[in-house]
Amino acid sequence: MSTTAKPTTRQRLQIDRQKMTEQEPLIRNANFDEVNLGLAEKIALLEAERCLQCRDPKCVSGCPVMVNIPRFVDLLSTGDLAGAAQSLLGDNALPSVTGRVCPQETQCEVECIRGNKGLPVAIGYLERFVGDWAREHGGKQTLTLAAPTGKKVAVVGSGPGGLTAAGELARRGHDVTVYEALHKPGGVLVYGIPEFRLPKKIVEAEVGRLQQAGVKIVCNTVIGRTYTLQELRASFDAVFIANGAGLPVFMNVPGENLKGVYSANEYLTRVNLMAAYDFPRADTPVLKGKRIATVGAGNVAMDSARTAKRMGAESSMIVYRRTRNEMPARAEEIHHAEEEGIQFEFLVAPIEVVGNAQKWVTGLKCVRMQLGEPDASGRARPVVIPGSEFVIPCDVVVVAIGTRANPLLTATCPELKLNKYGNIIVDDTGMTSLPGVFAGGDIVRGAATVILAMGDGKRAGKAMHEWLVGGPARTEAGH
Amino acid sequence: MHPILSKTRLSPNVTRLDVMAARIAEIRQPGQFVIVRRGEGAERIPLTIADADPVAGSIALVIQAVGKTTRELVALEPGEAITDIVGPLGHPTELVASGKALCIGGGVGTAVVHPIAQGLHRRGVSVLSIIGGRSREWVIFESELRRLGEVQVCTDDGSHGRHGFVTDAARDALAGGGIDVVYAVGPVPMMCAVVNLTRPLGVHTIVSLNPVMVDGTGMCGGCRVAVGNETLFACVDGPEFDGHKVDFELLMDRLGTYRQFEQESTAACEAHTCRIGIGS
Repeated sequence: MSTTAKPTTRQRLQIDRQKMTEQEPLIRNANFDEVNLGLAEKIALLEAERCLQCRDPKCVSGCPVMVNIPRFVDLLSTGDLAGAAQSLLGDNALPSVTGRVCPQETQCEVECIRGNKGLPVAIGYLERFVGDWAREHGGKQTLTLAAPTGKKVAVVGSGPGGLTAAGELARRGHDVTVYEALHKPGGVLVYGIPEFRLPKKIVEAEVGRLQQAGVKIVCNTVIGRTYTLQELRASFDAVFIANGAGLPVFMNVPGENLKGVYSANEYLTRVNLMAAYDFPRADTPVLKGKRIATVGAGNVAMDSARTAKRMGAESSMIVYRRTRNEMPARAEEIHHAEEEGIQFEFLVAPIEVVGNAQKWVTGLKCVRMQLGEPDASGRARPVVIPGSEFVIPCDVVVVAIGTRANPLLTATCPELKLNKYGNIIVDDTGMTSLPGVFAGGDIVRGAATVILAMGDGKRAGKAMHEWLVGGPARTEAGH
Repeated sequence: MHPILSKTRLSPNVTRLDVMAARIAEIRQPGQFVIVRRGEGAERIPLTIADADPVAGSIALVIQAVGKTTRELVALEPGEAITDIVGPLGHPTELVASGKALCIGGGVGTAVVHPIAQGLHRRGVSVLSIIGGRSREWVIFESELRRLGEVQVCTDDGSHGRHGFVTDAARDALAGGGIDVVYAVGPVPMMCAVVNLTRPLGVHTIVSLNPVMVDGTGMCGGCRVAVGNETLFACVDGPEFDGHKVDFELLMDRLGTYRQFEQESTAACEAHTCRIGIGS
């Protein structure tokens, strides 16, 4: 234990927010290596000292998985990295992931008191630092497991929601099997989020840690096809469904089936999961446009546009019907995209994909928009400016405007109650209309974020445990 | 891992692999397919389940060696294994309950027609199969289909069965009347020609589409096809559709998306590997 006195509030306030080291924009936009290079230990400790250790820490309530932020940051600031890791991993099974992909600026960091006057503590950077340290320093941070309960649990989907639930259940002593439809575990963390934002080796390590804790991961298994949900219910004591959002939404405009139009899911899956950047060494190809237009302004759109640049596009642009202020992507992704030379066409809405005689895409016909009254989402509604049609010349169009519920599982289990969009309805504990069957992530929420899926996995993991050991949830369900 | 139990060359460029996949063998239904990934770095490709042996736990994959991926698959030998097989995917075939069905198979599509004919036969439906190929050695699944009903063979050169295309024989069979439903699987122009025959006659015609796929679970949307006025995903909405509503021109066009890449990849493959599995 250090005997050095902790810094005073005044001393803490004098420290400026530390900067993340990054690859230079014009170098990184031609490679797939990670953009953010991480903090040096000295810098991380200094940043940790900026935390005022509030008695009533608002940052914690901003976190969907309720990480005890002041506690791990305090341990970090004293140089107790192992303690910080143990504290953080107790709250969050995937800190190296969330430290990289969470929208901290709208969750923990927006609540940080230091943001009232200056910049908030860089909680995301610190989380990443501690998560990476734990991963690289082996040993201690493996899950501490409770005695086996003899209960078997199936988890459908190995994305962030499924992996989190698996961890929560395994450490409570349950026998967990995770089913994954693709050939590799990780869900959106491997098929969707690019290497330059979340290196695959991190996901592999997190999955490996769960496997070490006894979690079985079975790939190439589609629940709803290979096994039905009812078959899983017969073989397991409880089931957690986190099979993701599924079907990509298209714009429903003429020309959308021309060659050169991709859903963001397909474009990113080809490049990330199937390694199309390495064609012909890897067998899966992807069209390499000279000018690529990505429609949408969320994280997936940023990932697509930045991937396109790295695949060698001379011009990669975002087409969005609102303005920069309404973009749903993480602030850092927008900032990084701008630095990397992604162009932004704001207040523009596509009305047609145009092509040549051979049915290849040659452009995106758009109209200009202006912002009107706020709509149901609270954002200003874009209104078409009459007579403003124009064509953006491009040879590939990537549609990144969202996804809808995949019916593969739900269609084979009509007893499962769905909302009108096909998403599974759950109660406060995450339980569906079927006793012992819980659900979370995008299949419940529609397209959301990694951390919200993890929040669902964490909450459901706890509720499932109570249900399995005969807690209140089970009594209520009459079992 | 899915070990290969046996390998049979059916025609100069079509090979049958019987592969271990116990769960799929147990539950697969006619019309369903699997997505196969040979190993690290390989593509994911859809292949129809041509047959299954639930006792042995194996499924039959019939593969036409056209590009690098399919050539590498048919180069595998018994004892070797396919790394990933996922399925069974897609909706099972809509099988009629009675009457007479005409099953038309062109080239490797005949392997897809086989489980459909099996399913129909099991239900007591009378099956007439019309199958074809360039010449005698290109005709596949003839003896298997003969066990399920009458078979008419057509070859382009007349070396076996009728001299002509499957559509010629189909036209005659349809003219005879009594056909309640048609199942047609083969090259896109063949399916398109069959549909043009049956449309004026009002005979319900089901075709199996083979667009480019990646995941096979509805996630990527690469396999979208136009059916009626709708864009559907062949992997989750199909792969079989009402042939009278399918936009074959679009299917044909989209199948050409990666032609240039396929040539590059095949050329690279030929430069340093063998020519196993391709026609002599």
